[in-house]
Amino acid sequence: MSDQSFRISAGDALTAEKITEAGEKPTEAVADYALRLGDDALILAQRLGWWIARAPELEEDVALANIALDQLGHARSFLSYAALAWGRTEDDLAYFRTEPEFVNVQLVEQPNGDFAHTIARQFIVSYYQFELYRRLVDSSDATLAAIAAKAVKEVDYHRDHATQWVLRLALGTEESRRRMIAGLGVMWPYVDELFRDDELVVSLGEAAVLPSSLREDFDTMTGAVRAEAELEHPATDGLRGFVARGGGRDGIHTEFLGPLLAEMQVLARAHPEATW
Amino acid sequence: MSSPGADETEPWPLWEVFVRSSRGLSHLHAGSLHAPDAEMAVRNARDLYTRRNEGVSIWVVRSSDITASDPDAKGAFFESPRGKEYRHAGYYTESEGVKHL
Amino acid sequence: MAPAATPTQRKDVDPVEDPAGRARFDELITADQRVEPTDWMPDAYRKTLVRQVSQHAHSEIIGMQPEGNWITRAPSLKRKAILMAKVQDEAGHGLYLYSAAQTLGVTRDRMTEDLISGKAKYSSIFNYPTPTWADMGSIGWLVDGAAICNQVPLCRASYGPYARAMVRICKEESFHQRQGFEILLHLSRGTKEQHEMAQESVNRWYAPALMMFGPPDADSPNSAQSMAWNIKRFSNDDLRQRFVDMIVPQAEVLGLTLPDPDLKWNEERGHYDYGELDWNEFSEVLKGRGPANAIRLERRRQAHEGGAWVREAAAAYAERRRAMAEKASAEKVQAA
Repeated sequence: MSDQSFRISAGDALTAEKITEAGEKPTEAVADYALRLGDDALILAQRLGWWIARAPELEEDVALANIALDQLGHARSFLSYAALAWGRTEDDLAYFRTEPEFVNVQLVEQPNGDFAHTIARQFIVSYYQFELYRRLVDSSDATLAAIAAKAVKEVDYHRDHATQWVLRLALGTEESRRRMIAGLGVMWPYVDELFRDDELVVSLGEAAVLPSSLREDFDTMTGAVRAEAELEHPATDGLRGFVARGGGRDGIHTEFLGPLLAEMQVLARAHPEATW
Repeated sequence: MSSPGADETEPWPLWEVFVRSSRGLSHLHAGSLHAPDAEMAVRNARDLYTRRNEGVSIWVVRSSDITASDPDAKGAFFESPRGKEYRHAGYYTESEGVKHL
Repeated sequence: MAPAATPTQRKDVDPVEDPAGRARFDELITADQRVEPTDWMPDAYRKTLVRQVSQHAHSEIIGMQPEGNWITRAPSLKRKAILMAKVQDEAGHGLYLYSAAQTLGVTRDRMTEDLISGKAKYSSIFNYPTPTWADMGSIGWLVDGAAICNQVPLCRASYGPYARAMVRICKEESFHQRQGFEILLHLSRGTKEQHEMAQESVNRWYAPALMMFGPPDADSPNSAQSMAWNIKRFSNDDLRQRFVDMIVPQAEVLGLTLPDPDLKWNEERGHYDYGELDWNEFSEVLKGRGPANAIRLERRRQAHEGGAWVREAAAAYAERRRAMAEKASAEKVQAA
């Protein structure tokens, strides 16, 4: 082709395939931890993937697809790593676990709702994941650290994407502001769960990041955006005014995860012997 | 001026995207897109025009902010340099064979 | 000097006949050079391009749906990622093409209106449904394969912005056909049910894919003009033949049959002969009476209309910011 003005390439980065190939087996506890982070990213990617061909503008179809693909990439890395501990594959874990075996936080399984709901969810998740991965880069587990090193840069962009839209929706029109506030009201009850410590993370010591240690930075950073967007704290705006009980890490989920898994797993489960 | 490329009635204006493919090279025109403002334009450009490592830097500019030479004045504008061979090294043949010239 | 148009825009939407412009245009076409947006061009040339480029863009955008339909159900995470990236590319390609069309003096809003009102056409292939996963394979292998045959020559189309968009699209699409082929290969070599799924899907997509090249040359009234203008480089039947010659040996590698009893090698012609296509069905589907036409348009309409409040919000925010900046700079001037 005559046009030499741009060149395309795959670039070099950590992938799920490379993790599987390396075959560095995690401890059981590290695998349990990787499973959590992998499930968060997988369920979020599944939700975001729905938007492709449905976004408010074509440019946004492309943007949301990029974010979904990043999350799916993180999911595949974490799940591939966890799977090594149990002699399984990323697909075994994604397609052949039942709902109570999924250990994602409840926030990511919340329905897409309208664009403002999705942005509210993105706003919370991306700031949380950024704070998490930023610290996980120093994990004593080399593979977790490597996955986080790639993920943190990508999630940094997701944070920016969410911030831009929170500002535009909150300060755009009366309707968009109303919807932004409603979206945050629906998603905010699931914030507390993100920052709860439990036995597993405590036992992992330097390998993991204590969720509670992220809260202060999360509040500061999201608070600054809310201030600029002239948004009250969602809890005080109190559309629903409750705090979800959580439990996602223990396999307890809201009623939205079941249908999501049914759809995601239907084909793979219809052909359990098949490879694709 | 009113122009079909950047129609004022469109709620999201048209932007031109320039991408630097690697350090040391200049930004080249990659294409265009719609965005409500410059911040979103540069982000949309990132998502749209650098999905396969095409760039390390992006410029965006409102299409309507570009001033171009008049296409009807092609002759007047671009005739002058033609035939001025003396601006080019190849014109000077007598020094052929002399080193470092 | 006349006020300058930007390089991305035409100066006049309804060009009056301009003998010098006409001569220059003919010169460019004869020399097989590119026509750029600011050049004078015959109105019929512009209209043909607007129609073709916008239809091409619509096809990319509507084409996201039959595959997007399977993103949430892709049977492995790797396939899910590939499919997402592919459907995303289609959005990108639609955008490149809308931008190219826009240089001819038609806004994207206008084109979108024409699409969702049913006025504009798009490739009828996307009016067929995708009931099985194997359809992701067939679309990649057959539909994208046919599209690539069509598109590669378009990289040399006489209209610069169209040709440039096609160069980018062809580079990006190089993986689309291969991934489809791989899906079918895995199915064909998989379990009995998987093999059957692949064969059944290829049976459904074969003829529609062949019809993507458009009606036979004898019934394609606009082709000659498009070829004279160097928009189209090869006739419908030539491209169709090229495609058939390509996929027959590929089907053998796949271990799948093509549903055409008349398909056989013709030593004399050096090509494969193929059977008569049902052009009645083609014209029905093209007219929007395809099985999924209403569904595709409705989805597009919902996305566009449902997103209006978001687009308005972003525009309002931009306006607010602009006004604030203006006010701030005015105050600065006053203070000074």
